[in-house]
Amino acid sequence: FSVNIIIHSSDGSCLPIKDCLLLVPRNYDPSLHPFEVSREYTRALNATKLERVFAKPFLASLDGHRDGVNCMAKHTKSLSTLLSGSCDGEVKIWNLTKHDCVRTLQAHEGFVRGIVVRYCGTSFFTVGDDKTIKQWKMEAPGYGEAEEPLNTILGKTVFTGLDHHQKEAVFATCGQQVDIWDEQRSSPIRSFTWGVDSFSSVRFKPRGGEIPSTELLASCASDRSNCVIMTMRSNTLCLDPMEAYHFTCANEDYNLYTYDMRNLDRPFMVHMDHVSAVLDVDYSPTGREFVSASFDKTIRIFQKDGGHSREVYHTKRMQHVICVKWSADNKYILSGSDEMNIRLWKANAAEKLGVLAPREKQAINYNQKLKEKFQHHPQIRRITHHRHLPKNIYHQTKELRIMKEARKRKERNVRKHSRPGTVPVVSEKEKHVVTVVK
Amino acid sequence: MASPGEAATDDSHVGKNKKPPARYWQELPEEGEDENKDEKGGEKPLPQKDQQTQKAKKRKQEEDQRDGKKFVSGKSDPFPGPAPIPKERVQKFKRKDKAKKPRHQHFKLRDMMKRSDEASEMSQKQAARFDLLLPEDAGFLEGDEDEDTCTISQEDIAEAVDITSGAKYFNLKLSQFGPYRVDYSKTGRHLLLGGRRGHVACIDWQSKHLMCEINVMESVNDVKWLHSEAMYAVAQKKWLYIYDSNGIELHCIRKFNDVLRMQFLPYHFLLATASATSFLQYLDVSVGKEVAAFCTKTGRLDVMCQNPHNAIIHLGHPNGTVTLWSPNQKEALVKMLCHQGGVRSVTVDKTGTYMVTSGLDKKLKVYDIRAFKPLKSYFLPAGASCLSLSQRGLLSAATGDVVQVYRDVWSAPVTKPYMAHRVRGSVWGLHFCPFEDVLGVGHGDGFTSMLVPGAGEPNFDGLDANPYRSAKQRQEWEVKALLEKIQPELISLDPTELGYVDRATFEQRHRDRVQALGYDPLAKEKFVPKYKKKGRSSAGAVERRKKQVAHEDQRDEIRKTVEDKMKMEKEIKERAQKKAALSNQKSALDRFKK
Repeated sequence: FSVNIIIHSSDGSCLPIKDCLLLVPRNYDPSLHPFEVSREYTRALNATKLERVFAKPFLASLDGHRDGVNCMAKHTKSLSTLLSGSCDGEVKIWNLTKHDCVRTLQAHEGFVRGIVVRYCGTSFFTVGDDKTIKQWKMEAPGYGEAEEPLNTILGKTVFTGLDHHQKEAVFATCGQQVDIWDEQRSSPIRSFTWGVDSFSSVRFKPRGGEIPSTELLASCASDRSNCVIMTMRSNTLCLDPMEAYHFTCANEDYNLYTYDMRNLDRPFMVHMDHVSAVLDVDYSPTGREFVSASFDKTIRIFQKDGGHSREVYHTKRMQHVICVKWSADNKYILSGSDEMNIRLWKANAAEKLGVLAPREKQAINYNQKLKEKFQHHPQIRRITHHRHLPKNIYHQTKELRIMKEARKRKERNVRKHSRPGTVPVVSEKEKHVVTVVK
Repeated sequence: MASPGEAATDDSHVGKNKKPPARYWQELPEEGEDENKDEKGGEKPLPQKDQQTQKAKKRKQEEDQRDGKKFVSGKSDPFPGPAPIPKERVQKFKRKDKAKKPRHQHFKLRDMMKRSDEASEMSQKQAARFDLLLPEDAGFLEGDEDEDTCTISQEDIAEAVDITSGAKYFNLKLSQFGPYRVDYSKTGRHLLLGGRRGHVACIDWQSKHLMCEINVMESVNDVKWLHSEAMYAVAQKKWLYIYDSNGIELHCIRKFNDVLRMQFLPYHFLLATASATSFLQYLDVSVGKEVAAFCTKTGRLDVMCQNPHNAIIHLGHPNGTVTLWSPNQKEALVKMLCHQGGVRSVTVDKTGTYMVTSGLDKKLKVYDIRAFKPLKSYFLPAGASCLSLSQRGLLSAATGDVVQVYRDVWSAPVTKPYMAHRVRGSVWGLHFCPFEDVLGVGHGDGFTSMLVPGAGEPNFDGLDANPYRSAKQRQEWEVKALLEKIQPELISLDPTELGYVDRATFEQRHRDRVQALGYDPLAKEKFVPKYKKKGRSSAGAVERRKKQVAHEDQRDEIRKTVEDKMKMEKEIKERAQKKAALSNQKSALDRFKK
C-alpha cells in the first residue's frame, strides 16, 4: 500500500523573528474562516467606536488679535502661512506650524473687510472700511523701515470684499458695485451693477474668468450676467475648485445652497443643519466637501451632494464664527471668530497626524472600507452620526424641526381644503429662489 | 530583465500599429503572463540574436500583425493570455451570486454595484490563484490491488511513513483512572485528557511534553479547551471548574451544576454546557457571565455537538430527536426526529452542511442540515457510540472497542470502512486533531493516537489557528480574537444573514409604525353619524346616512378605477397609433411587394 501523511514543512522556522508577524502562512479557504460577515461587522463596529474615541479635532488656538477676526486668507504658495484681518484694522500674518504671529501691521482704520494674497505670493491686498484698497509686501520691512503699503487706492465707496485673479494682475472688489481693477491703474477697468443695492462677496473663478457674487437686501449670488434673487440675503459664496460651475452660497436663512451655474432656477442641493445665519463657507481643495461658519458658534462640514453635515465643531469659548478656511493640503480647517481667536482644526476629526507606518496606513484603509460597508447597519449608523452639541443648539434644532413640521402641516391642511391645483407643492429647493435676473 | 514582448515593441519603428508599452495601471493579471514570458526569454539561446538581425525586416512585418502574441524569436506564445485558473477553485471562493440588475436602477447605484462585483470577482480569482500555491498536500492511504485499506494495521502505517509522522501513532496506558474523554485545542497542538475517575492531563502531544497532570478527586464528565491552550474547563461531578495550563484552579462556577457535555464556540468565546438536569447554559468566558440558560425539559443531556459553521448547538435526546439551539431563543430552533430509540451521538461537518447521527436503533444517519432532509442511512451491527468528523470529511465511529473510519459518507453509499482499529477498552471519546492526520481515541485503558491519512486540512491559516505560533504571536492573536468577539445575539441558523439587505415587508413596516405611534395612521376612521335632533336620528335615518357615506366612498373608488382604466386604454391606443404610423410609412421598396 502507499501512504502519505501531512508534514508541515513551515513549522514556524521563519516565524520567531521579531518583525516577522506578517510572514505567517495563509490559507484563504472560506471554510477555515467561518462567521466572515459577523466578524467583519464586529470589526466595523469597533472601528466606528474607535473613530469616535479618537475624534479630537481641535488642534490649536492662535490668539493675538485685539478685536474679532473679520477675514482670513490662505497664502497661495506657502502652506504654513495664514493672513488674518480683524475688526480694528489690524492684519496679522501667522506661522501655523509654530502657532505664532510673524508680523502685525495696522492696515486700515475700522474693519479690514477683505484680504487676499496675490497669486505669486509676494504681496497681498486688503480692503477696509476706510474706502481704501492697499497692496502690501509679504516680507516684513527691514529694521528701521516704516510699515508702508506698496500701493494705495482710494475708492469712492466702502468695499466689502475682494478677490484676486489666479493668473493675471487683475482683482475684483465689491461694495455698492462690483469693480474689476488692474493692478497698475488707480481706477477700475470695469464696474458692474445688477440693479441691486450692495454686494457682500466676490470671487474669481479658480482657473481664469471671473465670477463675482452679489447680494442685496433681499439677497443674491450672481455670476457674469445671471443673478439669482433669493428670499434672504446671502453672505458669502465659494466656488468649487474642481468643478467651477458649482458654487455654494451661505445664506442668512440658516441654510447653504449649492447651485449649478448652468441652471440657476433651483439650487441642486440645500444644506441644512445650522441654527443661525451662515456667515462664511470655503471648499476643500478636492471639491467634494466644504466647511461653513455660522453665527450659532459652530463650524460644520458638509458633503457637496449631501443635505446634512457630516461633522460639527464647537468649543465652549468659541463665539460667533465669522470666517473659515480649508487649508490647501486638505488636512486642516481654520476658523476666525468674534472672540479674537483663530482656531486650527483637523478636517477629519479622527485622523492621526504625522507620518504613518505602512501597516498603520493599511489598517486605516481597511477600517475605512469596513465602515463604509456596514454604514447602514442601525447600530453603526447611530454611533457614526452621534455628535455632542451644546445645549442651546440642541434645543434650537429641536425647535426648528417643530416649527418646520408645523409649517408643513399647515400647508398640507391648506392644500387639503382648497381646490385641487391651487396650492401647488413647492419643493424645499425651489422655495428660496425668488427670480433669476438676466 | 524586461519581458521580451516589451522589448520587441521598443525595437519596432513602424509606428503605425505599434502597441503602446504596457503600463503599470493596466490590468494586473497580466503579471502571470509576463512571468511565463520571462522564463521563455531566459531559456532563449544566444545565437538567435543574429538570426533576428537578418530577418529584421520580416519580423517587423510580422510584428504588425501578431498583436503581441509572439516572442522576439518569432515563435508564438504557447500560453497566451493570463494563466487560466481551474473553475472549481474559483467556485470554492465564491461568496455570493452576481447581483441581479433591476431595470430601473439609479446610475450611481448601478456603478457602485458594478464596481463591487468586479472587486469580488477579482478577489475570488486572486484567492484561487493563491490556492494553487499552497505548500502542503493532503494525506492519503491507497491499498494495492485487492487489498482493503481497512485491513492495514496502524503499526504498518507508522512504519511506512517517516519517523516524525510515525511517532504520531502512540498509546498511553492509563488503566487506573479511565475511561478518558479527549479534546484537542483549536490549533491541534495540545491534547487534553480527562479520566472518568478524576485524572486530568494536558499534553503538548507532538513533543510529548506533559504540561500538567492533576487529579481532581471527583468524577470528571467532560473536558474542553477554552480559546487558547492556557485554559481549560472541566465538568466535574457537581460543578464546572476552569483550570489553567499549570493545573491551577482558576474558577469554580457553581451556576453550572451537573454538567455532562461541553462545547466551546471559539469565535463567540462561549462555553455551552449540557447538564444532567436538562439545562443548556452558555458561559461567556471572556467576561465570565452566564449569557443564557434554558431548561430543555427533555431529561438528561449527554449528547451534544456544535455546528462549526453557524455556532448552533445540537442536542440529542433519548426519544430519538435532535434539537438545535441558539442562545437567543428559549425554545429549540429546530426539532428533528432522527432515530427510533435514543440518539447516542451527533456530529456536524465543518461547512455546516451535513449532520451525522447514530442511535440506539443501530443506525447511522446522514442529514442535510440546511434543508433538514435525510440523505443516507446505514445499519451498523453494533451501533456507534461516538462519532466525530474530521476537517476533510472523514467520519470516525466507535463501536464498542473498535474505531472505524469512513470516507465519503454523504456522497456515495459506503459498504466498507476506510480504516479500522481495535483499542483496548470501550471507546469513551473521539476527536480528530485539526491540521494533522491524527485521530485521538480515549478509551477505558487510556488513550490512543491513531494515524488516519487524509483526515486533516494540510494548510493552516497562520492568522487563525497556527500550530507553530510563538508566545508573542499567541498573545497578539488573543487580543485580536477578543476584539472581534462576535456577540451571542448574532448567532442564527444562517451566519451570513447580517450581510443581506433586510427587506421588511410593507406589513411589517406598517406594524412597526403602528407600534411606534400608538395608533394606526392608515386606518380609516369609521363613520359615526352625528346625533341630530327633531327626530332626524331615528334608526332609519341613521341607517340612511350611513349608507349614503358608504355609497359615496364606493363611488370614489369606482371613479378612480374607471379613470385608471380610461388612462390605460388611452395609452394603449396611442401606442397602437404610433405603431401604425410607423408601419404606414411607405418605403421605396414597398411598391414591389405582393
